[in-house]
Amino acid sequence: MSQRFAIQTEGLGRVYQLKRKRGETAPKTLVALEGVDSEVKQGELFGLLGPNGAGKTTLIKILTTLLLPTSGRALVDGIDIVQDPQEVRRRINMVSGGETCGYGLLTVEENLWMFTQFYGLTDRVARERINEMLEVVGLSDRRKTKSHFLSTGMKQKMNFARGFLNDPQILFLDEPTLGLDVQTSRVLRDFVKRWVRERPGKTLLLTTHYMAEADELCDRVAIIDKGKILACDTPANLKRRLQRASIFKLQTTPLEMSNRFSDLPGVSKFIEHQRNGHTELNFILENENVLVKILDAVQAGGGHLLSLEKREPTLEDVFIDLVGRGFGDEETPLEVEK
Amino acid sequence: MSTESIKMNNWHESARSFRVATWLGWQIESNWTEPFLFMIYAIARPVASALILVFMYMVIAQGGMGHPLFAYIYLGNAFYIYVASVMIGISWTVTDDREHYGILKYIYAAPIQVYFYLLGRGVAKTLTATVAVVITLAFGMLVLRIPYDFLAMNHALFWATFFLGLGALALMGILLAGVALITARHSGFIGEAVAGALYLFCGAVFPLDVLPQPLQYIGLSLPLTYWLEGLRRAVLRESISPLLAPISNEIILVILLGATLVLGLASLGFYRWCEHRAKEKGLIDMQTMY
Ligand SMILES: Nc1ncnc2c1ncn2[C@@H]1O[C@H](COP(=O)(O)OP(=O)(O)O)[C@@H](O)[C@H]1O
Ligand SMILES: [Mg+2]
Repeated sequence: MSQRFAIQTEGLGRVYQLKRKRGETAPKTLVALEGVDSEVKQGELFGLLGPNGAGKTTLIKILTTLLLPTSGRALVDGIDIVQDPQEVRRRINMVSGGETCGYGLLTVEENLWMFTQFYGLTDRVARERINEMLEVVGLSDRRKTKSHFLSTGMKQKMNFARGFLNDPQILFLDEPTLGLDVQTSRVLRDFVKRWVRERPGKTLLLTTHYMAEADELCDRVAIIDKGKILACDTPANLKRRLQRASIFKLQTTPLEMSNRFSDLPGVSKFIEHQRNGHTELNFILENENVLVKILDAVQAGGGHLLSLEKREPTLEDVFIDLVGRGFGDEETPLEVEK
Repeated sequence: MSTESIKMNNWHESARSFRVATWLGWQIESNWTEPFLFMIYAIARPVASALILVFMYMVIAQGGMGHPLFAYIYLGNAFYIYVASVMIGISWTVTDDREHYGILKYIYAAPIQVYFYLLGRGVAKTLTATVAVVITLAFGMLVLRIPYDFLAMNHALFWATFFLGLGALALMGILLAGVALITARHSGFIGEAVAGALYLFCGAVFPLDVLPQPLQYIGLSLPLTYWLEGLRRAVLRESISPLLAPISNEIILVILLGATLVLGLASLGFYRWCEHRAKEKGLIDMQTMY
């Protein structure tokens, strides 16, 4: 494997041993990652997009040397994560969103200072970076507050700030905006983008289950589901796969007739949601002409059309097209494979 | 990179880990924003536990405070405070950082040497324990009038024993920290269990001689036994244990030195193995309590 890549994996896999339940003889295993081949270029803002349980965090943990893979291998900045984890750690940092870690008895500033020292920064550089990052996440006026007294969101911001302190060569962000309000998410996303753009050679790997986040931020996106990477390309190229398809969202009065749609020729993918008071139908059609038949079918089923929208393909549609179900609502899909 | 510069890096990172952890430990331990709570923690608790011992002794032995056995018991109990704070303290650090503060994964993703980080965290624990030990000893000397005299003690024996033993305790703490690291649940209670067992076998509150013979062997194989014996000999200037009395002061020190060296090597190897296990099983960021 060559040095040009910031991150490179070959057949990377991870199997978890699950606790044996009473009465079971064979130990159970769970395949969290399987045969992951990927190459992230230096300077890229690379996204890993997948629903909960897809294996995103597992991959990040492996790349940040917290978890050993059970198969395959991985290089970070050209260094084998299993052979020389310490050298990897000198070049990386990592933030898990939705986490509120930190020593409650230390102030925000002290919590961050501690990490600058772990990374061996000089006093001056440490102060500069802490100030800069506190400004970014809007905690400057809380620097002397014991982190114990911060709100959950503020603790998350503090953790976000921590990730950038050592100006890592490669930064891993695991769902960085998870649970944050819209405005904060906006600010952090903008900063993430800026951070990569303004520092040539810095690489950022971000996982998310927000389609829009991946679409907006990432140079390239890998779509991951059930431990496997299904597609990897620029957001534009991924969506271009659906260029010739037509994507419609229909809202109708409550309908219970989904399998009728599956019989219709020309329906490539179809997902139904029962929303409060109405039914939402999402279609990926081979061509627009099929729409007429769908409308007929709705009417024949006693439903009334409430709204009809033709959409440009999103990454969600790409995901639906790839795996036949939606994102983050695995419990409701009514799948139709054609 | 050359092996030389890798070695230098490792050395810097170890020193840094120790230094920052010492600072961190002190920030946490010295959080005396509540002076009243601190008073209870640092003074009332050791004094109360000393008093419990006094009453038990008076009820069971019905002897006076001037009896050499009482001084023996009292000193053992006082110095045992270090076992609870330093050894358990270090092993608790893993559990605390992982489960309570949720920060162990970030520590592990940083270029530090966690082994030295843990030792650093032990420094502050040692200092706060010292406050409690000094208070307990002063209480015994000034209030209970137990006849020991720290000015007239065998200083060389005392300090050599003292520091070797503290080192051994810290290293035992690392061994337990390793166990905590690879134990998903109840990892915090292992330290308590071990400290409890050691209390029984190392002659903390009664001479080893009263144990049945097979159990005496357990006691004789524990470095803590020699640590407490050395400290008591230095202070009381005699041994009241017929079992240990024939062992000379020099041998006691040699045993302690040997034990500390062995523990040092064992803890390095064992902790590294535990780290590997933890990464294999995905335990570095395991959350079980919250
Ligand atoms: N420590 C673990 N033990 C057992 N199974 C796990 C463990 N961690 C994650 N998993 C399982 O592995 C799969 C992938 O999880 P994860 O990597 O956290 O996914 P994501 O971050 O994409 O939501 C999930 O099915 C999850 O339940
Ligand atoms: Mg995750």
